[in-house]
Amino acid sequence: MIKVNTKDFEWEEGLTVQRLLDKKKYTFTKIIVKINGNIINKEDYDSTIINDGDDVKVIHLLAGG
Amino acid sequence: MFDVKSIKAEHKLLAEYTYEPAKLNRGYTDKTLYVNIGENQIKEKNVSKEMKEKFIGGKGYGLRYLWDATKPDTKWNDPENEIVIAGGPLCGITQYPGAGKSLVVTISPMTDLVIDSNVGGYFGPFLKFSGFDAMEIQGKAEKDIIIYINGNDGKITIEEAPLEAIDGHVISEQLTEMYADNEEDKKNISVISAGTAANHANIGLLNFSFYDLRRGVTRLKQAGRGGIGRVFRDKKIKAVVIKFKGTKGNLNNPADQSLINKAGIKLHKQIHDYDDVQCRMRQIGTANIIEVMDQYDLLPVHNYQYGNHPDTYKIASNVFVEKFITQGMPDGCWFGCSLSCAKAADKFEIQTGPYKGHLVTVDGPEYENAAGLGANCGIFDPRLILEANFYCDTYGVDTISFGTICAFAMECYERGIIDKEATGGLDLRFGNGLAQLELLHQMSRGEGFGAKIGLGVKKLKEIFVKEHGADADFLNEIGMEQKGLEVSEYLPKESLAQQGGYGLTNKGPQHDEAWLIFMDMVNNQIPTFEDKAEALHYFPMFRTWFGLMGLCKLPWNDTSPPDNHLTDEPAKMPEHVQHYVNLYNGVTGSSIDKNELILQSERVYNFQRVFNIRRGKGLRKQDAMPYRAMGPVTIEEYESRQERYDQQLVELLGYNPEGKTTKEKIKVMKEYRLDQYEKLTDAVYKRRGWTPNGVPTKEHLKSIGMDLPELFEVVDKHM
Repeated sequence: MIKVNTKDFEWEEGLTVQRLLDKKKYTFTKIIVKINGNIINKEDYDSTIINDGDDVKVIHLLAGG
Repeated sequence: MFDVKSIKAEHKLLAEYTYEPAKLNRGYTDKTLYVNIGENQIKEKNVSKEMKEKFIGGKGYGLRYLWDATKPDTKWNDPENEIVIAGGPLCGITQYPGAGKSLVVTISPMTDLVIDSNVGGYFGPFLKFSGFDAMEIQGKAEKDIIIYINGNDGKITIEEAPLEAIDGHVISEQLTEMYADNEEDKKNISVISAGTAANHANIGLLNFSFYDLRRGVTRLKQAGRGGIGRVFRDKKIKAVVIKFKGTKGNLNNPADQSLINKAGIKLHKQIHDYDDVQCRMRQIGTANIIEVMDQYDLLPVHNYQYGNHPDTYKIASNVFVEKFITQGMPDGCWFGCSLSCAKAADKFEIQTGPYKGHLVTVDGPEYENAAGLGANCGIFDPRLILEANFYCDTYGVDTISFGTICAFAMECYERGIIDKEATGGLDLRFGNGLAQLELLHQMSRGEGFGAKIGLGVKKLKEIFVKEHGADADFLNEIGMEQKGLEVSEYLPKESLAQQGGYGLTNKGPQHDEAWLIFMDMVNNQIPTFEDKAEALHYFPMFRTWFGLMGLCKLPWNDTSPPDNHLTDEPAKMPEHVQHYVNLYNGVTGSSIDKNELILQSERVYNFQRVFNIRRGKGLRKQDAMPYRAMGPVTIEEYESRQERYDQQLVELLGYNPEGKTTKEKIKVMKEYRLDQYEKLTDAVYKRRGWTPNGVPTKEHLKSIGMDLPELFEVVDKHM
C-alpha cells in the first residue's frame, strides 16, 4: 500500500510514476509529483519506481479559480 | 450590408454635454460620468477621498454608487436602478496581460440582489482615457436610444436611434462603422449592446466590442451573468458607444512605470516559454479544460447528474483547434495581453434561425459554453455548440444560465414532469441540439417555451409545480440555481469546498470567487473545515481584487512560473501576487503589500454582503445549495458511481451498505453531506468575521475600516 495525496492506494510491483498517473487518470498538465518529499522531474516519470509504503503527492496546480 | 448614413439620419438628439476630458493621474481621473436617460441629464461627479480609499475602483465604485442610487426595495426594472460600468486604477495599462476589463454592476432580475460581471473589450480603458473612472446610467428612456461618448472631443450625447439593429453582432458593426472615420479608425470604437432575447429574457447579457483589424470584424466579449442585458433593454438602451483615439501605454500616468514594465516583461517571457506545455491558453483558451474536466469526473453531464460522458472526445479542445477556430493573432480583448486567450471561428456558416446561411465570426467557445451548451445538455456536436454560442451572444443571452436552464428542462422532460404540450411540441430530450437552438430563437421573439426558459430555473420550478403538478421538493433538489442564479459549469458533488465556493458567495453560484476542486478533491490539501474556511476566505478576497482593478483573472493562475512548486504556497502563485502588488504600487504610487491587497478586497466584499442584507437577503438560508450540487439525488446517479459512494459510507460514516437498498443509502448519504455543508458554513462565516447567520459583525467591519454608519444601521437589525 502507498499513500497518494494522503489516501491509501494499492501498490504493485514495478509501479512507476507514469503508471500511477495513468491508473489515477491524472491527465492535467500542471502537476508536481513528490515521492517522500522529493520532487520527481517530468522526464523521469517513466523510469522512477514507486516503492511499497511510499508517500506520493501529485499536486494539481489549479487553485482558487 | 447596411447604410449607416440612412440609419444615422434618423437619430434625434435628446441631450448633449460638452466637457474638458480630465487627465489620468496615477490610474485615476477622480471624475465619474452620470447619465440619466429618463430625464436626459448628463453630468460629471467628483470622487471623494473616502470613496477612493475604501472602494478603490471597478466593482467597488459600482457598488458604492448603486447603494446610493437605490432603496432597499428597488426592483431591477425601477427607473432608479442603475447600470454602473467602471474599470479600476490598473485598467488600461498595456504592459501586463489582462488589464482591459470593465466591471458592470446592477440590481439583477435573476436574483433581486446586486450582480457584478467582469468583461473584456475596449470600453473600460476608453472610458478612463475619456476622463471617467466610472459611468452610471440611471432612468428609463421612452424610446430606443443610444449614448455616444467622444473622449477626444469631450462630447456626450443621448440620441433616439430607431433604425439600428438590436442583435449584438449587427449593431456593433453598424455603430463601429457609423462612428469611425475610416477602417483604421474602427479600432478606436467600442460598443456596448445586448440583443433581441434581452428584450424578454431575464438571462440577458451585455456585449462589449472591440474591433479586430486583422479579421475586419467587431468582436464581442460578454458581461454575462445575472441579466444585466435585460436591465439595459428595459431602459430602452440599444447601445453605448465610445470613441477614443490615441491609446498608448502610459495614459494612466503611473507613478513608477519601471515597476509595471518589469512585472510585464517577466510574465510575457514566462508565457512565451511555458504556455505551450501548460494551459495552451494561446492555442485554445479556456476550452483547454473540456477533456480535463471529463477525465476528473467534473464535467457536468445531463443536468449535473454525471461528471463525464463517452462522447466528450467529439467536443474536446483539439476538435475546435483543428476544425474551427483561429487564435494567436495579436488581437486579444485588450492591448498587450500575450496570454491572448481570445479566439474565433471565422466565416462560420449558420444553419438555423434568422441568420441562416450567413458566414459569421463566433467568439469562442469558452469552456463554459462547451460544457453548458454541450455536455450538460447531452449535446456533443461542435457545430451545434458553436451555433448556440453565436446565437447566445448576438441575442444577448448568458450561455451559462441558458445551458443550465436547458439541462434542467431536458431532465424534467425526460422524467415526464413536462411533455410536448408544455414545450410547444419540442422534443426536449438530452442531445437534441436543434431543439436547444429553437428555444433560443423563441426567446429572441419572446414566444413559446423559449420565453419561459429565459426566466431562469427558479421561475421554471414555480411554473412546473403550478402548471404541471411537479414535486416541488424534487425540483428544488435537481434545479441547479441558488439565489436565483444558475450554477456555472463544474460538478461540485465530490468537493465540499467547492460547494462552499458556489454557495457561500455574494452574487450566486459563479466560480469566479473560488475554484477549489483540485485543492480539495484531488490534492487533499484542505482536509479540515478550518482549512477549507481559510481557502474560502483567501481566494474570494484575492479574486475580488481583480474586479476592483479592472483586471482579468486568467494571467494569475492559467500560467505558472517554472519554480512555483518550490514556493511556500504554490496554490496562491506568490510570484504573480507580488507582480500585482508591484503593478498597483507602480500605477498609484502607494506602498501596499500582499496583506493590504486582501484588505482592500475585504472591505468591498463585506460591503456587498451588507448590501444584500439591506435588500432583505444575504443571510444563511440564502447560502444553501440544491442537493444535486452535493450528492446523488436519484437512484441512477448513485448507482452510476456505486463503488465510490458505498466506500464513502463505510469509511466516512461507518455505515455498512451491504443489503441496503439504493434509496436507503441515498438517504444516509444525504443527511451526512447536508450536515457537512452546515459545518463548513459555520467555519467559513467564523473566518470571515460574520455571525452564524452570515451577518458581518460590527467589530469585524470596524477592524477592516468599514465602520460606516449606513452599514451599522443594516447589521444592527440582525445582532
